[in-house]
Amino acid sequence: MKKNWPLWEIFVRSKNGLEHRHFGSLHAADAEMAMENARDVYTRRNEGVSIWVVESKNITASNPADNGEMFEPAQDKVYRHPTFYDLPDEVKHM
Amino acid sequence: MSEKEVKNLEEIFEARIARDEKIEPKDWMPEKYRKTHIRQISQHAHSEIVGMLPEGNWITRAPSLRRKAALLAKVQDEAGHGLYLYSACETLGISRDELYEQLHSGKAKYSSIFNYPTITWADMGAIGWLVDGAAIINQVPLCNTSFGPYARAMVRVCKEESFHQRQGFEIMLTLCRGSEEQKAMAQDALNRWWWPSLMMLGPTDAESIHTEQSMKWKLKRKSNDELRQQFIDQTVPQADLLGLTIPDPDLKFNEETGSYDFGEIDWDEFWQVVKGHGPCNKERMDARVNAWNNGEWVRDAAMAHAEKNEKRKVAKAS
Ligand SMILES: [Fe+2]
Ligand SMILES: [Fe+2]
Repeated sequence: MKKNWPLWEIFVRSKNGLEHRHFGSLHAADAEMAMENARDVYTRRNEGVSIWVVESKNITASNPADNGEMFEPAQDKVYRHPTFYDLPDEVKHM
Repeated sequence: MSEKEVKNLEEIFEARIARDEKIEPKDWMPEKYRKTHIRQISQHAHSEIVGMLPEGNWITRAPSLRRKAALLAKVQDEAGHGLYLYSACETLGISRDELYEQLHSGKAKYSSIFNYPTITWADMGAIGWLVDGAAIINQVPLCNTSFGPYARAMVRVCKEESFHQRQGFEIMLTLCRGSEEQKAMAQDALNRWWWPSLMMLGPTDAESIHTEQSMKWKLKRKSNDELRQQFIDQTVPQADLLGLTIPDPDLKFNEETGSYDFGEIDWDEFWQVVKGHGPCNKERMDARVNAWNNGEWVRDAAMAHAEKNEKRKVAKAS
């Protein structure tokens, strides 16, 4: 038999109050093993208080080739930023 | 894609790196960039994994529980470093199995230093102090390399390395403050590991083929000779502190350059070891290949178990 262990993406919350952040990936036969391995590989020095494991194939990623149509339209929408609006200096707390 | 289009993309790509932008796995990249990175990152990963073997040799014989716990933690870190790096390498579109296959067939190299034997406990001190010390010098500049996953892996690796070097130096210090025999043991270890540690930083600049391209891609930020000089300059005062003698009669501080001049490195020995004729090349490779082959049924069983569980879950849900 020859079937490779699938790849898992590991997300770690470093402390309560912070979001889970992508830490890296690893191979494991199932979610339980991915969790155990993630603990050993990514949290040997108190780096986390919570771990998410997601099989890599379940992630849909945007394609950098589409970055133009995906992200460029936001560039000319300066009116979404507070600095776009001209107010007299006398206006305080705004 | 036409040749002109590729050329155009390459120019945009090189300009991004020159601006200090990072390259991420799904970005377009020249084939040569991909190949060079697969080679360097995998070679680095293999070195971490094979590097566990010389030190693993002493875990059961560490002189105290404190030393044993520290050595075990260090070796475990090296396994972790290997895993970070293999993962980074796989994002370039090569599988873990292919990477192992390249190591086991001898197609891929690993650091020549791990082909030397660890014959006394003092070798654990010398390795931590010198080999991890040289590795740190090599690795710190890579935290800023252009390929995102490699840079991120190196940041994590570098954070963990400083404990490795300190625990090694502490072993040396303890031996040097001990009995005559213990100090002699430390000196003997330094005698055997000094030159291979200098070689570990790579061939001289005149002999080094990849440097210019690697500099552009930030795979390398300083030349081998510069790194070697940096290593010598920072290590000699540490040896003085231990009261040990560096085994190089030509070693001498140069007032003009502010650096140490040093003797001729035996590059024949280096190339012999690289080509597979070092004292432990065969032993290391056998240990690796046996571990992989003997573990196959375990990996298969784990996979079969996972699949069975999955089926059971699906059956229950329906
Ligand atoms: Fe390491
Ligand atoms: Fe290390």
